[in-house]
Amino acid sequence: MGKVKCECGHVNPHGTVLCESCGRALTEEAKKEKFHDMRYEGSARRSQTYNKTIVDKVWNFFSSVKVGVWLIVLTLIASSLGTIFPQEFYIPNNVTADTYYEDTYGIAGKIYYMLGFHDLYNSIWFIALVASIGVSLVICSLDRVIPLHRALKNQRVARHTTFMKKQRLFASREGTIEPQEIGKVKESLKESRYHIREEDGSLLAEKGRFSRWGPYVNHIGLIIFLIGAMLRSVEGMYVDELLWIREGETLEIPGTDGEYYLKNEQFIMENYDKEKDSEVFSEAIEENGVIAKNYQTDAILYRDENRDLPGAEPELVEVKKEDIRVNEPMKFDQFALYQNGFSQNEMKAMEFMLTNKETQEAVGAVKIDLFNPKDVYDLGNGYKVELLGYYPDYDGIGKDGEPKTKSPVPNNPAFLFNLVSPEHPDGEVAFTAIRQTMEPMGETDYKMEFSNIETRDISALTVRKDLTLWILALGGTIFMIGVIQGSFWAHRRLWIRQVDGKVYVAAHTNKNWHGLQRELDSIIEHTSIPSPEDQQASEQSGKEKN
Amino acid sequence: MSDLVQWSGNLLYTSFILYLIATLLFGGAILPKKNGQKQGVNRWGKLGITITVLGFIAQLGYFFTRWAAAGHAPVSNLFEFITFFSMMLVGAFIIIYFLYKLPVLGVFALPVALVTIAYASMFPREVSPLIPALQSHWLSIHVTTVAAGEGILAISFIAGLIYLVKTIDQSKKSKQTFWLEAIMYGLIAVIGFVVITTSFRLAGYEAEFNYVNKEGQAASETFTLPAIVGPNEGELLTENRFEPIAEMPAFINAKKLNTVIWSLATGFVLYWLIRLLSRKRVGALVQPLVKNVNKDLMDEVSYRAVLIGFPVFTLGGLIFAMIWAQIAWTRFWGWDPKEVWALITWLFYAAFLHLRLSRGWHGEKSAWLAVVGFVIIMFNLVAVNLVIAGLHSYA
Repeated sequence: MGKVKCECGHVNPHGTVLCESCGRALTEEAKKEKFHDMRYEGSARRSQTYNKTIVDKVWNFFSSVKVGVWLIVLTLIASSLGTIFPQEFYIPNNVTADTYYEDTYGIAGKIYYMLGFHDLYNSIWFIALVASIGVSLVICSLDRVIPLHRALKNQRVARHTTFMKKQRLFASREGTIEPQEIGKVKESLKESRYHIREEDGSLLAEKGRFSRWGPYVNHIGLIIFLIGAMLRSVEGMYVDELLWIREGETLEIPGTDGEYYLKNEQFIMENYDKEKDSEVFSEAIEENGVIAKNYQTDAILYRDENRDLPGAEPELVEVKKEDIRVNEPMKFDQFALYQNGFSQNEMKAMEFMLTNKETQEAVGAVKIDLFNPKDVYDLGNGYKVELLGYYPDYDGIGKDGEPKTKSPVPNNPAFLFNLVSPEHPDGEVAFTAIRQTMEPMGETDYKMEFSNIETRDISALTVRKDLTLWILALGGTIFMIGVIQGSFWAHRRLWIRQVDGKVYVAAHTNKNWHGLQRELDSIIEHTSIPSPEDQQASEQSGKEKN
Repeated sequence: MSDLVQWSGNLLYTSFILYLIATLLFGGAILPKKNGQKQGVNRWGKLGITITVLGFIAQLGYFFTRWAAAGHAPVSNLFEFITFFSMMLVGAFIIIYFLYKLPVLGVFALPVALVTIAYASMFPREVSPLIPALQSHWLSIHVTTVAAGEGILAISFIAGLIYLVKTIDQSKKSKQTFWLEAIMYGLIAVIGFVVITTSFRLAGYEAEFNYVNKEGQAASETFTLPAIVGPNEGELLTENRFEPIAEMPAFINAKKLNTVIWSLATGFVLYWLIRLLSRKRVGALVQPLVKNVNKDLMDEVSYRAVLIGFPVFTLGGLIFAMIWAQIAWTRFWGWDPKEVWALITWLFYAAFLHLRLSRGWHGEKSAWLAVVGFVIIMFNLVAVNLVIAGLHSYA
């Protein structure tokens, strides 16, 4: 492609607006403009130069900041829509989304559900929107950073006077500057940490150029972050399991391929106590009633040493013993176990007394393990209790006359007993549920009287492995470095030139013009060098007066 | 209540009064000069900033004594967080003041801080112990950084507001005057909230309701303002109390909505009182205060505050937030409403910076953006906590 050779002799890439070296305007538009557009130093950006092929058009679309801002704004609006009603993963477990939204929020909820907003952040269009931002980030950055880097690398000390005149901060006067004055200004510039370059009487003072790279650095960080977020869906990078574990139980930890086992020694839940805890909290405890203090699972982690031997029984070796609390997960290998939830007082065993109704005499006690009931409980002396039926989650009598159970979990246990006694060697049939007894085969002489219950807590632990975290951390760190680099520093330049018996002074910054002007005023003060004035401001105030 | 908590409260009062005095002093500093000298820092301005710094020290005193009393950083409920936010706003103002020496910023920033403290004190003020999810030193790291970022961004709003008050033509009615009045009304409505809540609290108004909640269960609620809107299937139990005009569906928190209605109504009355008495728009009423303001400088201050505040907000509101979320909630991001609104705030300021850097949105457009950004922050701070309940709604 045709290069553009400037009058100064520098060869610029095709599409350059301002000569990379001397700053002379190379296009007709640039020659006409009142102030030069200095955002990218008038460098040759691909998007501004080519517009023929499909690739060019796609490139140009995504390289536009206008498009980028639209993408940001659309994502912003879309995100806000998802907070109107709770997302699907926050609604209660025991309801389904298709009924929940309409039941709770009426017609608005129904529409919300129909539009798919109940799962907005996982929708294809939302992910596509975020992905477009990612594409825009890459293309926008590449389109600008390469030519900008070229332009700043090739910039000459002596800029053409037309370039200087079209800077926002500019001043000129007839005459020359004494060398010792230049020396003085150089000293103060150095004190303000400017780098100084000189070429036959011309001077360029520059500082904070690295802040120009800030935006590109932070965009790289964001890209890495987005890639990290995408990798989560790659097999093996991410584990998200829930482990419900009862007190005393030892279970395989899901997601670890049978390598690790966990024992729940005990689950602890504590609330703040007005008497025991600090006195300053007493008012708050009184106001709020119960305030939770601690959720904790005392756990032992085991490793199965036999896991590579097919068919072998697990041989568990203790790895460590730790208390898992909210904010204090147990970490092992690449996994972490988090205290996530609990269910208290699940029934474990029930104890009944076989009792003679007439004499109120107890014959013996029967303890039924609700998870592993026996068929027969022999009490000796001809007394025996046979368990004909066990309904752990009793839900009334079905149409066939049989008792029903909702689930295998002992939420509401019920039993069909056959009570054998010396008087009734064939037994008497009794049905016993919580607060309910039935004698389906006629009245009985004996009954099973409830005497005791054993309960235990269940702890819910989240099993998490996330191998993308370090990528996200890296991306986040790079983003922060870039954003600080770009925000907390400014790229400032001052040009001083003497040509044909005239002194020209121009200055540029990418932000904080007042700051630059104040700095320059204090540096140039008390010298014969004219202090650059804000041409844009004087023009505006001129307009206001008219 | 321990002595330390008492002390802490007194220090907060002290800072409130000092900020009030400083506002008046800054007001004196921007009065038109007789001899027409250039606007700079005069005696009033110096006194003003000194008192502001003293107030800030007093508020720091409040913060650390309360920290010592509670054993954790006092940023765990709405009262504590909003108070801390006001402290960060004043802190950011002090920094910007030393960078630019602009007393007029104090005339606007300190009243906003005062209203914020008053607003905060309407929420329960007792020292609460931390629930398990909050028991982490990330509480102090995350929350204080967020508040600092938001405080700095609030200065951008204040500079933008000054810019708008200065530049919007008040001689005729326009879209701009309308929206500027809308902002003024918003600020006055916060005062309305403080006035009405305090009034009925002093009068000891309480009305108890039985109602049916979202889960379809019976519940009760005590209204401290007369119920214009009542709860779902609500039944007024207290005698001689105002019967609700309308009943709300179960998913709306009627008590909070009722407070919002009262605040807006009181704000409306206050706003029109001011307008009728002054026979001017509020924007026009405060315009003389900004007569000597250099609007380009104000534009730069607003932008500068975004440049400083944006990285701080990103660090606190997204990065630290994600680290803690990974530790406490097992995942660094969960699309909880508060998280989403922090992301929205971040996206908004990102758009702001792109519009400014690449599309040349300076001056008035930039000032409006700074105002909208602050509205989003306030929405996240207030509405998301009070209205859209999520994981963050422990306040």
